[in-house]
Amino acid sequence: MNHLFPILSVLAYLLSFVLYVRFLSTGNKLTGRLGTVLLGLGLIAHYFALLERSRGSHTVPYHDLYGSMSLFGWLLALTYLGLELYHRQRSVGAFVLPFILVFFLAAHLAPADRLSPPAVRGVIFALHVTLSILAYAAFALSFVLSLIFLGEERLLRRHRVGDVVWRLPPLELLAQMSQSSVLVGLVSIAAGTALGFVWVDRLSSQYSFYDPKYVITLVVLALYALYFRLARTTGWRGARASKLCVFNFMIVVLSFTVVNLYFSHSHRYF
Amino acid sequence: MEIVLVGLNHRTAPVEVREKVSFTAEQARRAAEELRARGILEETLVLSTCNRSEVYGVPPEFSHECAPGLSTFLSEFHSVRADVLSVSLYHHYDHEAVRHLFRVAAGLDSMLLGEAEILGQVREAYRFAHEHGATGPVLNRLFQGALEVGKRVRTETELGTRPMSVASAGVKLAERIFGKLHERKALVLGAGTASEQVVSQLRDRGIAQLYVMNRSRDRAEELAKRFEGKVVGWGEWDSALQSPDVVVSSVSVEEPLLRREILERAMAARGNRALFLMDLGVPRNIAPDAAELYNVYVYHSDDLSEIVQQNRSARESEIPKAQGIVDEHVAKFLSWQASVDLVGLVDALRVKMREERASFIRARMESMKHLTETERAHVEKLMDEMLEKLLLEPAERLRGEKELRRKIQNVEALRDLFLSYREKP
Repeated sequence: MNHLFPILSVLAYLLSFVLYVRFLSTGNKLTGRLGTVLLGLGLIAHYFALLERSRGSHTVPYHDLYGSMSLFGWLLALTYLGLELYHRQRSVGAFVLPFILVFFLAAHLAPADRLSPPAVRGVIFALHVTLSILAYAAFALSFVLSLIFLGEERLLRRHRVGDVVWRLPPLELLAQMSQSSVLVGLVSIAAGTALGFVWVDRLSSQYSFYDPKYVITLVVLALYALYFRLARTTGWRGARASKLCVFNFMIVVLSFTVVNLYFSHSHRYF
Repeated sequence: MEIVLVGLNHRTAPVEVREKVSFTAEQARRAAEELRARGILEETLVLSTCNRSEVYGVPPEFSHECAPGLSTFLSEFHSVRADVLSVSLYHHYDHEAVRHLFRVAAGLDSMLLGEAEILGQVREAYRFAHEHGATGPVLNRLFQGALEVGKRVRTETELGTRPMSVASAGVKLAERIFGKLHERKALVLGAGTASEQVVSQLRDRGIAQLYVMNRSRDRAEELAKRFEGKVVGWGEWDSALQSPDVVVSSVSVEEPLLRREILERAMAARGNRALFLMDLGVPRNIAPDAAELYNVYVYHSDDLSEIVQQNRSARESEIPKAQGIVDEHVAKFLSWQASVDLVGLVDALRVKMREERASFIRARMESMKHLTETERAHVEKLMDEMLEKLLLEPAERLRGEKELRRKIQNVEALRDLFLSYREKP
C-alpha cells in the first residue's frame, strides 16, 4: 500500500494546525492564510489517500472503520474550509484541526474490520452514506463552534478579556457559523436518510422500521431542527442554544458508537 | 541622491506651534512648487496631520546644506518667527529620514502607539503630492516603501488592534459580541463628555441608529443633532430598552438608574436578544446584579480601564516586531538607493574615463605620427573596449548583488576617490 498520500495528509494537517494555533496566539494574518492553504493541501492529499483506499470497490470507502472515520475527517475538513471561506473567519481553525487529525489518525490505527457486502450497492447507497457522514461532520463542527461560543461567552461575562478573546470571532458570528453548519448537517441528514429509505425500499420492496438506527437518526434530525429554530428566534438564543447544540452532538456520538456497534443491523460505520 | 526631512510633531512642539505650521492641501501644493522654484528641493512631499507637519525632500546638492534653507522657508511660509520654530524643528538626513518615515507609517511615532489613522494620512499625502508632480523617483520609492511598512505592521503585528481608551475598549467589546456594528442600535444615557466620546466611537464604527436620553432634553437634542441621533424621553425605559443592542450610561446619580427588574422586563420584551451595557458613571448607573441576567453583558469603567491597561502592555510588547519590519524595509530602501547611486557613479566614471582616454590619445599620438587614421581609430576602439570591459563587470555586479551594495556603505567616499566633487552626476 502506498503511504505517500496519508503521510502528506498528516503533515499538511499538522502544519495547518500549528499555523492556526500560531495565528490565534499572535494574530499574524499571513500565518492564518498559510494555515488555510495547508488545510486545502491536506484535503487534496487526503482525497487521494481515500481514493487509493477505495480503489477496486469503485465507491466511497464506507465498508470498513478506516473508510468511515477517514471520510468523516475529510468531510469535516471540507465543511470547515467552506465555512471559513464563507464567513471569512479562520480563528477557530486551531480548535477544529485536532478533530480532523484525530479522525484521520484513528482511521489509520483502527483494526481491520469490514462489513459483509450487502446484496445490492450503487450510487444511491453511496450517496446515502456520504451524505450521512457529511451530516455527522457538520454536526461535529457545530459542536466545536458551540463549545468555543460557550467558552468565549463565559470569558466575556467574567470580564476576562485576554489575547484569545480579541482574536476569536464575535459571539453572534460564532452562533451564525454554528447554525450554518447545522443547516448543512440538517439538509445532508434529511437527504441521506431519504436516500437510505429509497435504497431499502428498492432492496426489499418495503420499508423496514426495525433498525434502531432509524429512530435515533430521526431523533437527531428533530433535535437539530429544534436547535435551528430556537437559536434564531427565541429567548434560547445565545448560550442556551449552544448548550443544546452540544447536547445534540452527544446524541450523534451515541448514534455513531453505541447504536451502530450494538443495536444496528446494517449501520456499523455510518 | 540624498533625502532630507524637516518637521515637528507632538513631542517637539506644543499645539499652538503645531497648528501654525500645519498645511492645508493647497498650501502643501504651493510649498512644493516654491521649494522647487527656489532650488531648495527637487522632490517634495508635505505630510501634515494634527500631530505633525513634516517636509520630505530630495535636495539638488547635499542634504545637510539645504536644511537651514528649508527651516527658513517654513518660517516664512507660515509667518512664524524663526527662533520660535527652530526649537521645535527636527532635521533628519538620509537613512535617519527613511527610518523616521517608516516608523511614522508603522504607527511607532504616533501619540497613540500603533494608531491606524496615520497610514491613511501618509497614503493621502503621497497620492496628493504624486498627482501634482511634486514627487520623483526617490520620494516615490520612499513613500511606497512606507506604505508597505505600514501595511505589514498592521498585518503581521498586533500593534494597532487593541483599543487604547475606555470608550474604544467598550465599543470593541461590543464588537466581540455583535461583530460589525453597522446594523446595530445604541442608546446613550447622559450627554456629557464621556458619553460624547463613546458616541463618536460608535459613529466611527458605523452604528445604524443612535438614541440619546438625558435629563436635560436640550443637551440631549444637541448631542443627537451632532451625531444624527434621536432623542428619547427620560425614564421611558420599557420603550427605550427594547431595540438597542448597546447601552452606554454616564449619568450622575446616587442610585443605579438601570435596576435589575427594569432590565429583566426589557430582556423579556427583546426575546433575550443580547444586550451590552457600558457603565461609565460613578456611582454606578447599572445595578451590579443586572450582570447575572441571561445574555446581558455589563462592563463598568473600571473593567474597561483594566482592559485598556492590559492592551497598552500588549501593544508595547509588539514594538520590537514592528521595529524589525521597519529595519528590514530601511535596509531594503538603502540597498535600492545605493544601487541607484552606485550605478550613477559607474556611469560618471565611464564618462570620466572616456575623457581621460581622449586626452591621453591626443597626447600620445603626437609621438606616433606614423599611424594611419584607420590605425588610430582602431587603437581608440581597442581602448574603449578595454575600458568598457573594466566597468562592465562591476556595474553588473552592483545591479545584481544586494549583499555587495549593502557592503558598500559610503558611496560618497567612492565618489570622492574616483571623481572630483564637480563631476558628481
